[in-house]
Amino acid sequence: MAFAAFATAEVQPQAPKKRSRIALFLLLPGILYLVLFFLTPLISLVLTSLQAPSEFGDIGQFDYAFNWQNYVTVVETYLPHILRSFGYALTATVFALLFSYPLAYFIGVKARRWPLLQSLMLVLVIAPFFISFLLRTLAWKQLLSDESFVITSLKALSLMAPDAHFTGTPFAVIFGLTYNFIPFMTLPLYTTLERLDTRYLEAGSDLYAGPFTVFRKITVPLSMPGIVAGTLLTFIPAAGDYVNASRDFLGGPDTQMMGNVIEANFLVLLNYPAAAALSIILMAAILVLVSIYVKRSGTEDLL
Amino acid sequence: MSVREFAERGADLELVGIQKRFPGFTAIEELNLTIPAGSFFALLGPSGCGKTTTLRLVAGLEEPTTGRILIGGKDVTDTKSHERPVNTVFQSYALFPHMTVIENVAFGLKRRRIGDALGKAHEALRLVELDHLAQRKPQQLSGGQQQRVALARAIVNRPALLLLDEPLGALDLKLRRQMQLELKSIQEEVGLTFLHVTHDQEEAMTMADTVAVMNKGAIEQMGAPEQLYELPRTSFVANFLGQSNLFTGQVVSTTSSAISVDAAGTRIVVPTSRAQRHQGEVTVGVRPEKVTLHTESPGEMPDRNLLGPGRIIDVSFSGVSTQYIVDIPGGGAVVVFAQNVGYGPVAVVGAEVWVSWAVDHGFGLADEPGETGRFPADDSTTSIAVQRREALISELEEH
Repeated sequence: MAFAAFATAEVQPQAPKKRSRIALFLLLPGILYLVLFFLTPLISLVLTSLQAPSEFGDIGQFDYAFNWQNYVTVVETYLPHILRSFGYALTATVFALLFSYPLAYFIGVKARRWPLLQSLMLVLVIAPFFISFLLRTLAWKQLLSDESFVITSLKALSLMAPDAHFTGTPFAVIFGLTYNFIPFMTLPLYTTLERLDTRYLEAGSDLYAGPFTVFRKITVPLSMPGIVAGTLLTFIPAAGDYVNASRDFLGGPDTQMMGNVIEANFLVLLNYPAAAALSIILMAAILVLVSIYVKRSGTEDLL
Repeated sequence: MSVREFAERGADLELVGIQKRFPGFTAIEELNLTIPAGSFFALLGPSGCGKTTTLRLVAGLEEPTTGRILIGGKDVTDTKSHERPVNTVFQSYALFPHMTVIENVAFGLKRRRIGDALGKAHEALRLVELDHLAQRKPQQLSGGQQQRVALARAIVNRPALLLLDEPLGALDLKLRRQMQLELKSIQEEVGLTFLHVTHDQEEAMTMADTVAVMNKGAIEQMGAPEQLYELPRTSFVANFLGQSNLFTGQVVSTTSSAISVDAAGTRIVVPTSRAQRHQGEVTVGVRPEKVTLHTESPGEMPDRNLLGPGRIIDVSFSGVSTQYIVDIPGGGAVVVFAQNVGYGPVAVVGAEVWVSWAVDHGFGLADEPGETGRFPADDSTTSIAVQRREALISELEEH
C-alpha cells in the first residue's frame, strides 16, 4: 500500500497539464459566444463609426472609410446630451444609494433576529422585477401626469404652481432612474451588510467612537464592496438608459440623454456613423470613469 | 471622569442588584459586586454562567434589566459605551479588518484626540513585541499575534477599567505564561483595575488578586485564590476550582473544635472553623494532594482521618506526580495526588491500600446535601478517561 502511494506521487505532475486542457475545452463555448456576439458587433460598431456618406447615395447609405471627424461632429453636436447623461446618472446613483443604504442596513443587520421579516422585505425589494420595467415606468407616467390625482392635489394645495408639470422635467427623469435602479443598489448592499460582523461595531464603540463615527469609520468601509458593486450596477446602465428620459415615458424635449440621441440617430435620422460614434464614446467614458472610481475607492483587497 | 484624558489610576467598579434577562432565559440572577480600584479581579465560571454577559454590561454593550453600575463612584448605567472609561479585549479580538495593525491600535487614541496617537500606539505595540508588524493587516497575523494586537489596542488607552474576555485563549502555553506576566506587570505598573473573565481556573488563580466563581448567573464564592482553594464553600467551587474528594453524611458528634461526620460507616473529622454547617446532613471534603496513600494499614492516628482498605482502580503517571483513584467500599472513589519523590508509582492497579489526611486539611461545604446528592453525576474528565481506558482494555482482551 505504501509503495502504491509513492507510485501515484510520480504520476501527479502530469495531472495539471491535462486538467488545463479540459478547462480550455470547457471555456470554449463561452469564448465562442463572446467572439460571436460581443467582439464581432464591437468591431462592426467601430467600423461603422468611421464610415462616410456615400457620394451619390440616399439618406442612410454609407461607405467604409476612416472618417474620424464623425467623433468631433457628434461631440460638438451632442455635448449637452453627453453631460446630461452622466449628470442624471450620477444624481440617480447618489439618490439610489441614499435610499438603499438604510433599507439594506435594516434588512441585513437590524432584521437579523427576525428571519421571516428579512425574507419578506427582500421579496418586496425584488417584487418589481416581476413586472416589465417599461410597464412600471409607464405607470409612473400615468400617476404623475398633469391630470393625475397626485399632481391635481398638489396644485389644489398650492404646493405646485398651477402651470407647472412633473413629467417632462429633469426631476421626473431622475426620479424614474432612481426608482428603476433601487433594487440593483439594494441587493449588493444587502449581501455585504448581511455579512457585517456587529462585533466590529461593538469594538468601535468600546474604543470611544460615537454612533456616527462608528458608521463612518467602520460600517461604511466594511460595506465598501457592496457600495462599489451597487453604484456600478446603477451608474453604468443609467448612463445609457433611454427609456426614462424618452418623451414617451417620463422625459421631455429638454431631458434627452445619450441613449435617446443614439436611438434617434439609428432609427429616425438613419445616421449610423454618428450613432456608432456616440455609442463608442459612451462606452469609453463609462470605462474610464468606472476604472478611476474602482481605483480610488481602494476596494481591490475587499472585493 | 472624562474620556478625553488618560486615567491616572484605576477606578472602583460597583455592580448593585444587577439582573439581566434575555427573552426566554435569565443570564444573571442577582449580582452585587464591588471591585476595588487597582485590583486584578477574575470572574471564573463554566460557559453559559453569565460571566461574559456581566462583562458586556460593564462595557455598556448590554443594558441591565434592573440594577446600577458604578465606575469610580459614578453611575454609568445610562451612559453609552463610547462614553465609559472602559476598554475591552474581546474574545474574538474584533480587530478592524480594513485597517492596519497600527491604525487599529491608534483608533481609540484618535477618537479621544490624544496627542501623538501614532507614537503611543507604536509604544504599545513594542510592549507586545509586534512593532515590526505595524503596517500589516490583521488577517495577515497569526491568532496569537492578533490577540496581542487586541491587547495593545485596549491598554494603549490606559482605561480606568480594563475588561478582558478570555484574552489568552488562543496563545500557546509559553506565550500565554509570558503574556500573563506582562499583563500582571502592566496592571501593577499603572495601577489599573482589571476585570478578567475566564473559564481557565489556573489562569484565574495565577493572575488575579481576587477570584469570583460564578455559576448559573450568580456568584458562588469570592476571595483570594488561596482562600478559595483552601476553603471552598460549595461543591461547585470545590470541583470547578481544582479537584475535591467529597463525602456526605450525618453529623454524629460536635465538640468545640471539630465535628464528626458518619460517611457510610467511616468517621470523618473536620475542624469546626473550617465547616460551614455543623449539624444534620453535611458534605465534607479534602483536596487530592492532601491525601496520603498507605500500602499497609497505618492504624488509628489521633489527628488524621483514615479510610480503607480500598482497591486502586486507576494509576496515571504525569511526571511530577502520580494520580491514584482508590475505590473505598461505601466511600466511593477517592482521588490521591502523590508527588513522585521516590521512584514513580508506589502501588499498582488492584493493590489494597488505605488513604488518610490531616484533620486540619478537611473542609465542610455549605450546600444543602439534597442539592449535591450522595452520588453526584460522575462526569469529571478523570472518570471519563478511566471509563475509556477500561473500555479499551476490555476491547484489546477480546482480540
